[in-house]
Amino acid sequence: MEENLQYVREPAKRIFAQELQESNLTYKEEDDQYSKQYLITQTGARINRLYITGTLIEKENIGNETEYWRARITDPTGAFFIYAGQYQQEAADAIVRIEPPGFVAVIGKPNIYTTPEGATMTSVRPETIQVIEEDTIDQWIVDTAHQTLQRLNDKDNPVAKQASAHYQTDLTRYKEMIITALSAVR
Amino acid sequence: MPNTVQEIVNRFSQLGIELSEKEIEERLQKLTSEFKVPIGEAKRSVVNYFLKEHDIDRSQYYAGSTNDITAIQDINQEGRWVTLKVKVIQLWEANHESIVQVGLVGDETGIIKFTMFQGVTIPEPLEEGKSYLIKTAVTGVWQGKYQINMNKATSITEIEEDVEVGRQTAEFTGVIVDVQTGSGLIKRCPECNRALSKGVCTEHGKVEGVYDLRIKAVIDDGKTTQEAIINKELSEKLTNITLVEAKDMATEALDHNIVTDRIKSKIIGRYYTIVGTKIDRYLIVSEIKALPKITKEAVDELLSQLHTTQTEGSTTHSTLDCVAIEQSKNTNEEAL
Repeated sequence: MEENLQYVREPAKRIFAQELQESNLTYKEEDDQYSKQYLITQTGARINRLYITGTLIEKENIGNETEYWRARITDPTGAFFIYAGQYQQEAADAIVRIEPPGFVAVIGKPNIYTTPEGATMTSVRPETIQVIEEDTIDQWIVDTAHQTLQRLNDKDNPVAKQASAHYQTDLTRYKEMIITALSAVR
Repeated sequence: MPNTVQEIVNRFSQLGIELSEKEIEERLQKLTSEFKVPIGEAKRSVVNYFLKEHDIDRSQYYAGSTNDITAIQDINQEGRWVTLKVKVIQLWEANHESIVQVGLVGDETGIIKFTMFQGVTIPEPLEEGKSYLIKTAVTGVWQGKYQINMNKATSITEIEEDVEVGRQTAEFTGVIVDVQTGSGLIKRCPECNRALSKGVCTEHGKVEGVYDLRIKAVIDDGKTTQEAIINKELSEKLTNITLVEAKDMATEALDHNIVTDRIKSKIIGRYYTIVGTKIDRYLIVSEIKALPKITKEAVDELLSQLHTTQTEGSTTHSTLDCVAIEQSKNTNEEAL
């Protein structure tokens, strides 16, 4: 019983926009609607929380009666979609305040949406959004490049095996993605 | 089951009583299989039966069953009898008549809370800074954390030796991903320094609080997270908000939360290296530095790793670690 009492916070995984967009494999530890959901990404990250940075370039209130904000945040490899409504009040308020374009950091949860046509879209449900400085963006790119490379090199990781079975991950493409990202650091 | 039987036989034989293995086994068997009693309970009940039968005091049976000294860090089960060699770090006021003393004790491996109940064999009360041998205390869990309880089976003797308390310093580099409630402008009890909750001290009731500033942050390196407590001096330097300014801010806005929001906007989402003492699940921060700018070398190093294709199980040491090392060399230009 002692072990269960110890609540372990999920670390915020580092991932580039391209990899997040291209990942849609979800996984639950137990088959229960309340159990934690993870997103398994192309390079084998098992994500329940993530930390991303980039430039907020667009925002739009797509809600009808209640506000529901969509924001587009870009990094050197692509774009993240952020959705914040009444249940992410702090983050929604932050989006309202930020004038695009601006540098931001987001900590949040991955969210998979399946369209009626069966296509999937991976977005981020923010816990917090903060305006940051450009230096932090560079630090994040290097950190994320490093952690993505570690995942690519970790061939024994069972999650990576599961990922490559599902996606047929093209490792070279993801190495190129890392190089693209690093090239953006001045 | 055979182990349990043997354990009971051995313990009683130490007390000079020889029991029949068969009888113990039959009694255990009856309880566990016929009445579906859990083995722990069954054992307890069988032991109690024989204790009564032979007129032995319970505390005598359980006392002395542990003579090996346990290290605090090895305490990972409740209901275990342990003997510890510790130094008293802090004593609090006991808030119940059956409790004699409450506080923290530590050894080389860690720190743990203790509660001393009436009946402990001890010549005089424990004093802060003194070292003791605590025989046959029992481990327990309170609000998800281990502690030790001392009861009438426990005996405590002061020892000459000065027990070194392990205050392991730890370092962590990562991003601050959360600032928890209880951060920002808080009030403390003037008597015991505890943080007040809605103007009430858990120990001293409603008191006139003293203002303080602190940050309870979660720092995250993408693999693990660490909770950190940042005191007033470091918080002021880190956020550029002094306690006086924080009070003014809160007074003007008629809301303490404005201070927490300002702190959040200054530190969440940024990289830091913290150094501090580990106590329980917290790191009590003694030093915090912003991670310095990314150097061209750090980027080039990573790029070179990428260009050497087929990096078979290459040992990529963390770039952030490199940066952190460089930073500590780099005299406190960036120091906050």
